[in-house]
Amino acid sequence: MENRIDKLFAAKKRNILSVFVTGGFPKPESTLPIIEELDRAGVDMIEIGIPFSDPIADGPVIQNSNEVALENGTSLKKLFGELKMLRSLTEMPVLMMGYLNSVLQFGLENFYKTCYNTGIDGLILPDLPLDEYFSDHKALAEKYNIHLVFMISPSTSPERIRLIDQHSRGFIYLVSSNATTGNDNGVKNELDQKVKELNSMNLNNPIIMGFGIKGSKDFGRACSLVNGAIIGSAFISQLTESATIEGVVSDFIRSITTPKNIFQL
Amino acid sequence: MNFSVDERGYYGEYGGAYIPEILFNNIEELQKNYLNIMEDKCFQKEFESLLRHYVGRPTPLYLAKNLSSEFKTTIYLKREDLNHTGAHKINNAIGQILLAKQLGKKRIIAETGAGQHGVATATVCALMNLECIVYMGQADIERQAPNVARMKLLGAKVRPVNSGSKTLKDATNEAIRDWINNAGDTHYIIGSVVGPHPYPDMVARFQSVISKEMKDQLLNQTGSELPTHVIACVGGGSNAAGAFFHFSENKTVKLIGVEASGKGIDSGHTAATLVAGRPGVIHGSKTYLMQNEDGQITEPYSLSAGLDYPGIGPLHAYLFDKGRATYLHVTDAEALDAAFNLSRTEGIIPALESAHAVAALQKLKFEKSDVVVINLSGRGDKDLDTYINYLNEKADGKQD
Ligand SMILES: Cc1ncc(COP(=O)(O)O)c(C=O)c1O
Repeated sequence: MENRIDKLFAAKKRNILSVFVTGGFPKPESTLPIIEELDRAGVDMIEIGIPFSDPIADGPVIQNSNEVALENGTSLKKLFGELKMLRSLTEMPVLMMGYLNSVLQFGLENFYKTCYNTGIDGLILPDLPLDEYFSDHKALAEKYNIHLVFMISPSTSPERIRLIDQHSRGFIYLVSSNATTGNDNGVKNELDQKVKELNSMNLNNPIIMGFGIKGSKDFGRACSLVNGAIIGSAFISQLTESATIEGVVSDFIRSITTPKNIFQL
Repeated sequence: MNFSVDERGYYGEYGGAYIPEILFNNIEELQKNYLNIMEDKCFQKEFESLLRHYVGRPTPLYLAKNLSSEFKTTIYLKREDLNHTGAHKINNAIGQILLAKQLGKKRIIAETGAGQHGVATATVCALMNLECIVYMGQADIERQAPNVARMKLLGAKVRPVNSGSKTLKDATNEAIRDWINNAGDTHYIIGSVVGPHPYPDMVARFQSVISKEMKDQLLNQTGSELPTHVIACVGGGSNAAGAFFHFSENKTVKLIGVEASGKGIDSGHTAATLVAGRPGVIHGSKTYLMQNEDGQITEPYSLSAGLDYPGIGPLHAYLFDKGRATYLHVTDAEALDAAFNLSRTEGIIPALESAHAVAALQKLKFEKSDVVVINLSGRGDKDLDTYINYLNEKADGKQD
């Protein structure tokens, strides 16, 4: 069976908009309605964060969303339960993103199998070492058709980029700067050089940029460099400030995809 | 049995480096260089010279006669409390600051619980004239005020951490986030045998001076370099790792780690990771940690800020599984009583952390011929408020 992530990248090469939202945030049971709204608003791909008590790679906004999700009683088991109807609602590629401990405690095979049954297409585990991917995850990921997406940063060496390109499935996640999520670095000028380097390498995988992509200006610039971008903290901030999700999601997505007006910095 | 990591950075199945990609270069730089740097003659000379003239090593191995007669055996105290800055933490801080200088780092970050590691790091940064930022949970800032003042006096910036239970785990999260944001010029001086490889092995090696000295001193004082028991408290496990290290091949030596069970193992308020936890990943390392069914790390509890941690160094996870070391647990109340007892019988006021090791004497049976070494990891100046409060509560209790 073809993976929905591959299908997306086969059909669309540029301006791919992916949105990250913490599972079980802002309310219990709000993840599926948010996915529906995002789909309707024209988003291309979704990452659902597995809430974790100690998200070391995340800045304050996503940390807070994790806390709220856990206070809402979200667990990985409940989240899968909530996502049961996912595939009757959308054909968009959906990935899960989280910390390795959550997956280990769920049980590896059980996790991959449940992803498959739920219709999850990919997985991003920033703290999973490649070695352990080979020894413990690869066979399961292939068996259940789950794409493991690996990350690179502006400081990743060319040899390592090659290695990661060889093993990443679906795309490569380029962290925009050496920082935690939700940083204010935007899409720095230094990235031009990095992207030039990446382009000259003729990689197998498309590249999606994430971390600190905040508005249409960042999104536009990211898309001028690579195949698309992921928006996380900015979307979560929007959800945090709003009482309901109705209208909020589509307004937010419109603000990202329409060319930037000069007043919203 | 080897107490060092294998070439992949594991002790059996524990350890490893579970880190986000942004830290890959920093961790790889450390992995590739730490042994070469540590084995370099110039480095060793400077390390040993500082330990001797600045820290005040070797620390005494003191025959505690009164305690010995109370327990009808021979008890020595390894006096890490007499180190400059008052605990074993300085051994590691000196080692890592020299290493950071070798690697050309300009900025130093650290986490601290009891404040001893923070003070040690602030001290070596003052000595080497490097910028120093220490993350400390707000709850610990309140209960270890003297150490906060010391860090400030030494020129360090103390950054309060308000997430989670506002203790050591949360301070460590925040230090890791700082490192992610400043990976280029920053070295993270981790204060215990925790974190991604090579930290557990590197910190254990820097602390191993403790057991090296113990052996020499025991040989001098008893005619044999081997004791029957070595007892040390375990938060992350660095003083215990240092106290156990050179006895790795001496199977007759009973190695005993003492965790803090807080209000009791079954109270839900505990920090005894090996009893209340199970394997998982915390702070970049695979090891035992306290967590719920969903894998959320649970809030630990101990009155002692230095032991109030939901994980444990991967070396201890391994020694525990293999049965090479035994791990006991001691409650707040038992540790407090042991601290008073040691103060009154030997005239030594121990750190509340170290008092856990002393309290373990009550839980063990000794032969008269045994030779027991307790690693007295630190002194109690920082805990005076806690001790006085407990004394007052006890006095009130008696009047009722
Ligand atoms: C005096 C003292 N002993 C022990 C510890 C616990 O650390 P470890 O288990 O790494 O020795 C601390 C930590 O702050 C401490 O200050």
